[in-house]
Parts: sequence; C-alpha cells; structure tokens
Amino acid sequence: MVQIFARVNGTEHPLPQDSRRTLLDWLREDLGLTGAKKGCDHGQCGACTVLVDGRRINSCLSLAQLHEGDEIETIEGIGGADSLSTLQKAFVTHDGFQCGYCTPGQICSAKALMRELAEGWPSAVSEDVAAHPPISGEELRERMSGNLCRCGAYSNIIAAIEEMIAEAPGTPAGRQDA
Amino acid sequence: MKPFTLNHAQSANEALASLAGGATAIAGGTNLVDLMKLQIATPDELVSIRRTGLDAITPENDGLRIGALVTNADCAADLRVRKSWPLLAKAILAGASPQLRNRATTGGNLCQRTRCGYFYDTTQACNKREPGSGCAAREGFNRIHAVLGTSDACIATYPGDMAVALLALDAVVHVEGPQGARTISVGEFHRQPGDDPGRDNVLERGELITAVTLPAPTGGRQIYRKVRDRASYAFALISVAIDLSMEGDRIARCALAFGSLGTVPWRDPAVEAVLVGERPSPALFDKAADVLLRDARGFGKNDFKIALARRALAATLHEATKG
Repeated sequence: MVQIFARVNGTEHPLPQDSRRTLLDWLREDLGLTGAKKGCDHGQCGACTVLVDGRRINSCLSLAQLHEGDEIETIEGIGGADSLSTLQKAFVTHDGFQCGYCTPGQICSAKALMRELAEGWPSAVSEDVAAHPPISGEELRERMSGNLCRCGAYSNIIAAIEEMIAEAPGTPAGRQDA
Repeated sequence: MKPFTLNHAQSANEALASLAGGATAIAGGTNLVDLMKLQIATPDELVSIRRTGLDAITPENDGLRIGALVTNADCAADLRVRKSWPLLAKAILAGASPQLRNRATTGGNLCQRTRCGYFYDTTQACNKREPGSGCAAREGFNRIHAVLGTSDACIATYPGDMAVALLALDAVVHVEGPQGARTISVGEFHRQPGDDPGRDNVLERGELITAVTLPAPTGGRQIYRKVRDRASYAFALISVAIDLSMEGDRIARCALAFGSLGTVPWRDPAVEAVLVGERPSPALFDKAADVLLRDARGFGKNDFKIALARRALAATLHEATKG
C-alpha cells in the first residue's frame, strides 16, 4: 500500500493504514493530540472541530485517509499554555468556559469564523445573503451554533469573539458596516 | 465500523469503474461515516470521489453548473448563487452547522438519508434499513415524520434543506453511469417510499452524480422559511421554499417547495395554479393550503404538521407578496 501523508500543525505525518480511522481518532490516539475532543462522535456537538486548509470541520465524521496532502490545524497548533493565542487569551479574559471540554472546538471554530467573516460569507440570519454580512451578536451566535457547550458559557464565548473582532479593526472582519 | 477498503479515484471515470464493481462513493462523508459507525451502512468497498475534479461552479447558458463535489459552504458563499439564486444560499445556510457545510457536498447532500429515529436504531423495525422488517415509526414516536407521500411501508422524511430550494428552482441533476450520462429533474430524483422504501432516489447501481444545474435566474422574490425546534442547527419540522414574482397586485409566477412535510421534497403544481393570476389574500393562501394538504395524513405525534404547514405557507406567501 502506498503511504500517504497529511500535515498537522506544520509537521508531516503518515496517515493511518486502517481505513476506519477517523481524523479525530488519528489525531488523538495515534498522534497524541488530545486537544480535539470526542463529544458525541456523530457530528452533533462540535467538540472535535479542527481546521483543514483553514476551514473548520467535524473531525469525528471524516475518514483520516481522505486527508492526503491536507494542512490540518488543531488547538495545539493555535497555542499552548506558554504561548496562548490572542483568541485563547480572550476566552480566558471573558471566562468563555467552565469545564473546558468544548473549548478547543469552540476556539478552532471561532478562528475559522473570523476568516469566513473576512471573506464575506453570509449566514442564515443575514438579512441580504448577497451583501457582506454585518457583525452582530445574532450573527456570531448563529455562526457558532455548531459548537455546543453543556455548561452554558455561550454568552462569554460570544464576548470573547466580539473582543477578537473589535481588536482587529483593520481587517474586513472588524468592520461594522462592510 | 465494519472493515472496508478505501480507494481514491483520480477521475470520474476511475470512480465509475469502482462503482460498477460495487463500491460505494464517499465525498464529504458527513452522513455516510455516521451511518457506518452505527452499522446502518456496511459497505465493503468505498471509493473516494474527492479528487475527481467535480468541484467547480461554472456558468452554463444563462444558468449555473454546480459540480457534485462543491461543498455546501462554497456553494452558499458563491456570489453568483447569492445574487441570482439566493433561495439556494438561504436553504443551505439554514441547514446543519458551518463545520458540516464545509465538508458536505452538493451531490452527497442530495443523497442524504432520513433522520427517522427508527432508521437509526438497529434494534427497531425499519423497512428502509431492513426491507420487510416493518415500520416502528407508524405506531411510534413519529413527531418528525411525513404527512404526505407516505406508504404502509414507510413514513420517513427526506430531511435536507438544499434539495427543497433546488426543487423550487427547477434544478437538474446530472449523472453518469454504466449506461452513459443522463439528467434527472430534482423533482424526479427522490423516490416516494411505496413498497420499496430502501431506495431513496432513482440513481441506478453504478451511477454517480456529477453536477447540478440551475436554469436562468427568475428574478423573483426568494424566501426559505424553516420551522424547527431550536433557532439553529436542527432539522426542519417543516420548511417552505418560494420563488415568486408579482405583476401589479397579482401573483404572476410562483414556485413553491416544501421540506420535511412529505417523504420527499414536495412540490405540487396544483398549489401554484391556485395562486397564479390572483391577488394575494389570507383567503387565497388558505385555499392554497387546502389544495396542498388535501391528502395529508398524520400518524399521531405528527398531526400538528398539517396545521403548521398551513400557517408556514400563509406566512411565507404573505412575506413574498407584501409590497
């Protein structure tokens, strides 16, 4: 069998031989990257969210072998205890979690959300889907609806993301009216 | 999951050769992998169609050709779709979550299977999962089930949103297979269960969806109203897709499709015929609902859908026809 590879947080790794291995199980069990969590394992909770080529996906529903050549980023690539990213710091500042189980998924999701906003992707609550979406609490809640938090830290999660957006005024994502 | 082999097709022809040999196609896998984990789907062989190059959106005549592998996210983000077929973007964005839409594809989404709880529970009778085993939903917890197009064998809905918009937009599904290429209108793609609920759609063995095409934009007012148990990230109890144009104070043209009301995305020309040429009014909307629901039948827990459909239709028509 031909060995195929994917890059995870900048390092190339051989993908697993077992076709059944999901991306989530590969990251957690084989690579020891246990940041992404197994919540429901059925694509309903978002705890397993990672970035693939900059886009957020549910790693529990994706077969690892389908990721040949992909650039995968997990929470470990976004920042660690000694190197928190701005987004992670905002979650700490705003208490955007209680138990923390959903947090890696929330932060990966929020990172991808920033790019989607910058690229002008509409959402289900956008008044005019053809326009560059405005940024509002309603928009952010809709865009984070794929990440459940059983502790109910939602309002603080949104506050952390709002701070991130406010601190990036030069980017399209920071514009209030674009 | 049961063991399976996974091959990576590098072209549509390679994929077709694998499908002819009995393989099951996998694209995003957001539905299939879940079904495989639960051993509802147990393919021996998968062929990945991710590298077949069917992932472009291109203008075609006055319409648009959406490759089968275009993700739901990319389709809803496409400016041409957003400007000229906003109904499609709205329906896609009303479904699933951003994570799922980034992986789910146009072709795969058309083939997504029902969310009937008895289909998902392998200890229960389900004619769709195991033909001949019976239907536990008829006498069971059938709140999300269909009130139109049901049969003695099955009352499950097709759960998606995208296909409902495509139906209202007169989209066409393009497939290739052992007998060559053919086209299927979205309205003829999904199968009502009849006595063979195991087959959700008319795809034949070995056939592969290659694209969906949209005809020229109508310029009508397009709305997707989705009624569900929570504000986001939930399947529809009922959805209404509308593309409507007024001429003066009368309805000149109207395409209406309904999701999660019937066993398949539902469109009824008789409903549209009631509306066209008329002045919008609550009485007219009620008459349209009478026609839509003339054969509707509830199974207990889903009886409410009949009343809900009437209200959802009236609300959608009101919004689409107001000044």
